[in-house]
Amino acid sequence: MAERKIRVLVAKPGLDGHDRGAKVVARALRDAGMEVIYTGLRQTPEMIVEAALQEDVDVIGLSILSGAHMALVPRILELMKAHDLNDVKVVLGGIIPDEDVPVLKQMGVSGIFGPGSDTQEIIEHIRKVVSLE
Amino acid sequence: MSDVATLPPIVTAIRESRRALARLLTRIENHAAASELAALYPFGGKAHLIGVTGAPGTGKSSLVNWMAKAYRAEGKTVSILAVDPTSPFSGGAVLGDRIRMRDLHGDSGVFIRSMATRGNLGGIARTTKDMIRALDAAGFDIVLIETVGAGQSEVEIASAAQTVIVVEAPGLGDDVQAIKAGILEIADILVVNKADNPGVESTLRALRAALDLGHRVERVMHHGKLMDVPAVPVIGEDSAWQTPILQTIATNGTGVSELLTKIAEHRAYLQESGVQRLRERASISAEIEERLRDLLLARLIERVGAAHVQATIERVLRREIDPNSAAQALLADSG
Ligand code: B12
Ligand SMILES: Nc1nc2c(ncn2[C@@H]2O[C@H](COP(=O)(O)OP(=O)(O)O)[C@@H](O)[C@H]2O)c(=O)[nH]1
Ligand SMILES: [Mg+2]
Repeated sequence: MAERKIRVLVAKPGLDGHDRGAKVVARALRDAGMEVIYTGLRQTPEMIVEAALQEDVDVIGLSILSGAHMALVPRILELMKAHDLNDVKVVLGGIIPDEDVPVLKQMGVSGIFGPGSDTQEIIEHIRKVVSLE
Repeated sequence: MSDVATLPPIVTAIRESRRALARLLTRIENHAAASELAALYPFGGKAHLIGVTGAPGTGKSSLVNWMAKAYRAEGKTVSILAVDPTSPFSGGAVLGDRIRMRDLHGDSGVFIRSMATRGNLGGIARTTKDMIRALDAAGFDIVLIETVGAGQSEVEIASAAQTVIVVEAPGLGDDVQAIKAGILEIADILVVNKADNPGVESTLRALRAALDLGHRVERVMHHGKLMDVPAVPVIGEDSAWQTPILQTIATNGTGVSELLTKIAEHRAYLQESGVQRLRERASISAEIEERLRDLLLARLIERVGAAHVQATIERVLRREIDPNSAAQALLADSG
């Protein structure tokens, strides 16, 4: 009957108060027909994974401009594994130095989008990695 | 029915696993859970279903956060269904109610789910009632449903919840006309939130005046419309429920325990007066009528063929036949 919608959690982990990018991305995904659960600032990895589980999202979108991504992202991935959220994709945006990108992708982050990224590219990436059966 | 050995697998699954519950809710939202809904229906009916509605920004999510905390302090388990509007342009949505509910994180007695209206105009989605049934069968004591209540048409919550709380706040235009017109009629309890803000007195006055205009009747959803049913007296007492007006401050929890007391009183009233059965009957008969309409229409289109329906529409557009005759003809053609 109704078409299946892609559900995305957009979260800001850690103490980082830069929320413009997260809001821009949330709005762009909505305008692309997705359902975005926006949880706001200062989320712990535990809060993010719990919300992803309850909301049964297809994608967790993280926005990190604080420089703490190498601590936060592995913790989130670990908790996801512990909760059996293996089919949920993780995309990341914010200030991520080039040298960290391959390491994060190796860990399982599906896409990384830095400053100036075209939101259309983000939308296409999400559509590609999410398989709606 | 409560014998564990007789529980259908889906009920056991959603009672034991939050992940299983979350996944079932997704299937319900995508209209792909008819057999599970059939299996779990007999195991619902125990939760208190509480609707919280009112204009955007009045503080519904903040209030729901405090209500959930207060119910947890009483040892009750709580699930929250937070409904936000789907954008009519893109079909997407930003669901932001969780922002105000961060206090509830880490408590396994709380489950929060956000959902979009997906094109439905009544303030809830077409699948919201079925989502509530799943949360009820999952064993939560309380189901809190936060809906977008912006206007007169958004009153479907009255048929989905047992106790409806309408939230107003001072300084939001104090549109008494709007207050009178629609949403007040479905309120079992009125809350003036943001009682710390100036203008509370005038909001209270406007609400009292609007309530005094009301008659002593029960409003129930029937045939998709709100209809008046003569009030049923509470045993011994003279009158029906009098909609109370409470004040809260949802940023710090002031007034929330009084609100919970009123909610409990309302539930007792519903049960003792028999109004609950009355409302349930009206709501279920309206739902079955609606489902029947959908099924019959689908069957009719299948029988006569979508192309024939389309051709008939074209004939109406060319003024060869009027809309009523067209519908009559299609019905006749379906045999
Ligand atoms: C605006 C800004 C601020 C504003 C933030 C306002 C707000 N509410 O957001 C204010 C003035 C408050 C601020 C404060 C600070 N800032 Co500042 N700030 C910036 C600045 C100039 C722009 C950020 C921005 O809004 N960009 C616009 C948005 C749209 O872009 P974006 O966030 O990058 O998002 C895009 C992509 O990254 C991606 N994306 C982002 N999120 C997501 C999420 C998902 C799921 C996806 C898929 C993609 C995605 O897509 C977006 C669209 O292209 C940057 C420098 C820069 N050029 O990035 C510094 C910068 C981020 N800030 C910085 C710092 C150090 C600070 C402060 C610590 C300064 C201080 N000493 O006080 C404070 C900390 C504040 C806090 N509480 O965290 C540093 C961070 C250094 C680092 N990480 O190593 C930067 C990089 C400046 C610098 N070069 O030093 N800042
Ligand atoms: N001053 C004041 N602000 C409040 C109160 N309740 C909520 N708010 C604020 O009002 C805004 C909207 O609240 P929210 O709960 O999201 O409202 P909703 O849109 O009705 O769900 C937020 O900034 C809240 O912090 C209150 O009682 N007093
Ligand atoms: Mg809200």
